[in-house]
Amino acid sequence: MSAGGYMHRPNRPLMVYAIGYLAFLYMPILLLPLFSFNDAIYIAFPLKAFTTQWYQQMFANDAMHAALMNSVQVGVSASVLATILGIFGAKAVTRFRIKGVKPVLGVVMLPLVIPPIIMGVALLILLSQMGIPLSLITVTVGHVLICVPFSIVTLMASFEGFDKSMEEAAADLGDNAWWIFWRVTFPMVFPGILASLLLCFTISFDEFIMAFFLAGTDPTLPIFIYGQLRFPQKLPGVLALGTCIVAVTFTVVFLAQWLRGRGPTAPKTEGN
Amino acid sequence: MVDATSLSEPELTESRPRGGRLATLFRRSESLRGYALLSPTLAVMALAMCAPTAMMVALSFWVQSGFDITMTFTLDNYAKVFTNPIFEALFLRTLMISGTCALATVLISYPMAYYVAFHVHRRKLAWVIMMTLPFWTSYLLRVFSWKVVLGYNGAINSGLMSLGLISEPLEFLLYSPEAVIITLAHAWAAFAILPIYVSLEKIDRSLLEAAADLGDGAVARFLRITLPLSMPGVIAALLLIFIPTFGDFVTPALVGGPDGMMLANIVQKMFGKLNDWPLGSALAISMMIIVSIMCGGLIWVTRQIKERAI
Repeated sequence: MSAGGYMHRPNRPLMVYAIGYLAFLYMPILLLPLFSFNDAIYIAFPLKAFTTQWYQQMFANDAMHAALMNSVQVGVSASVLATILGIFGAKAVTRFRIKGVKPVLGVVMLPLVIPPIIMGVALLILLSQMGIPLSLITVTVGHVLICVPFSIVTLMASFEGFDKSMEEAAADLGDNAWWIFWRVTFPMVFPGILASLLLCFTISFDEFIMAFFLAGTDPTLPIFIYGQLRFPQKLPGVLALGTCIVAVTFTVVFLAQWLRGRGPTAPKTEGN
Repeated sequence: MVDATSLSEPELTESRPRGGRLATLFRRSESLRGYALLSPTLAVMALAMCAPTAMMVALSFWVQSGFDITMTFTLDNYAKVFTNPIFEALFLRTLMISGTCALATVLISYPMAYYVAFHVHRRKLAWVIMMTLPFWTSYLLRVFSWKVVLGYNGAINSGLMSLGLISEPLEFLLYSPEAVIITLAHAWAAFAILPIYVSLEKIDRSLLEAAADLGDGAVARFLRITLPLSMPGVIAALLLIFIPTFGDFVTPALVGGPDGMMLANIVQKMFGKLNDWPLGSALAISMMIIVSIMCGGLIWVTRQIKERAI
């Protein structure tokens, strides 16, 4: 870049601040794995001894297994549905110049700026007035709502630099619209779609507030964890479970970012 | 799905003569085709946002009697919301907590975003991912981890005690409005970092060079160029943090204690133990209105300042 020389000078105080900031971000989260291997019921220093008993206890917990399966089921359905809706939205916005699309798109993006408790409560009211019982399906509906904006934003980045002429070439060669999408568009934006699926799954998997209002008798994993937090003797188990969740989430998000960076037109951020 | 495929077909088979006037109009208008492709997403989202909101508004004018809801129009719920001193205190405290949290998060995140935007030249993406990674882990776990840090037997207290610096745990750490603010600031940090970083990254570096050539020092350059040009990111960050924290009930419930309870906690109770859905709806709608007024006000003020400056 064309930055002046003075900007290349390393700024030591600012660097120290940045490292401190990262420590602030990561320290509390990294305490989870630290204490999860500690052989004591109370979460406190000094550390006693190394143990894996909390992990064994957690893996043997049937209620946890059920909650985990529920969360996976909701996460997979919600991410697939949200990504399909996201494909339509992102494709329409990037492929056509649409008059007055901004306020319309605003409606789709609304869940980003409405406190989730309000959406959760409002959906709960509607469902109960319509006599629909709460279940994992109602949780999925709520999660699709909050995932769609994230899906659209992720996919737009991947559709934006997409070369229109590829599709036009396929059309000239006589392919129909569905075939074009499947053979030309889909492979090119596949990393974006995968990234959207992964991010939506992560959001749904971690989401608590909507699920709290919309889940019936089947809890999702965050609801299960919230229930455990009331009992001090269950806390080490929560630490072990939390450690596993953090490890998996970090891996998935890393994968999603990496995939997004491999899209057809990903900006080369490296080294500029 | 069927709908979108068949709709985009006319465009792709233009050589074939086809259908009546509508089809021609459709083929000519790019906007129309765009809306057609957008329609499934738009329909689902609009329906899923509007129907529940409408129902909630209706409910807020009805009455709860026992386990049933009587559908007679009344303003009682709103009267309760605006006259009950408990609700008033809760509104003020919630405004104070989420306002302070938004401001504090932006203040501590600005230097970080500035550092990555201006002083990191290699592996920028890695830095951005590193700053936002914690945001993707479970919200519940992040809040819980602060309970581990601040608790009576928590990391800070037990750490300081085993070092011999204090003889008794510091009780003020957990269960206070301050604990809520710290936890929320940590939980929403990514929402401050990203918009500020993006707006800083967009700044044309040649403006800074020009200012330097014309004799502005580092402080003057920052105050006259960098700060004003990064204001959109700062405002976006303030809004993105203020809005969700205003409606949070998990953090106050876990680390707030009785003095750290916020509005959303009472809303949640109205739909749970207290079982007064109409009053809960009225509270939720009042919350929504207050959030909108605050956000609209912030945007209006910044626009006024901007116009004055020009």
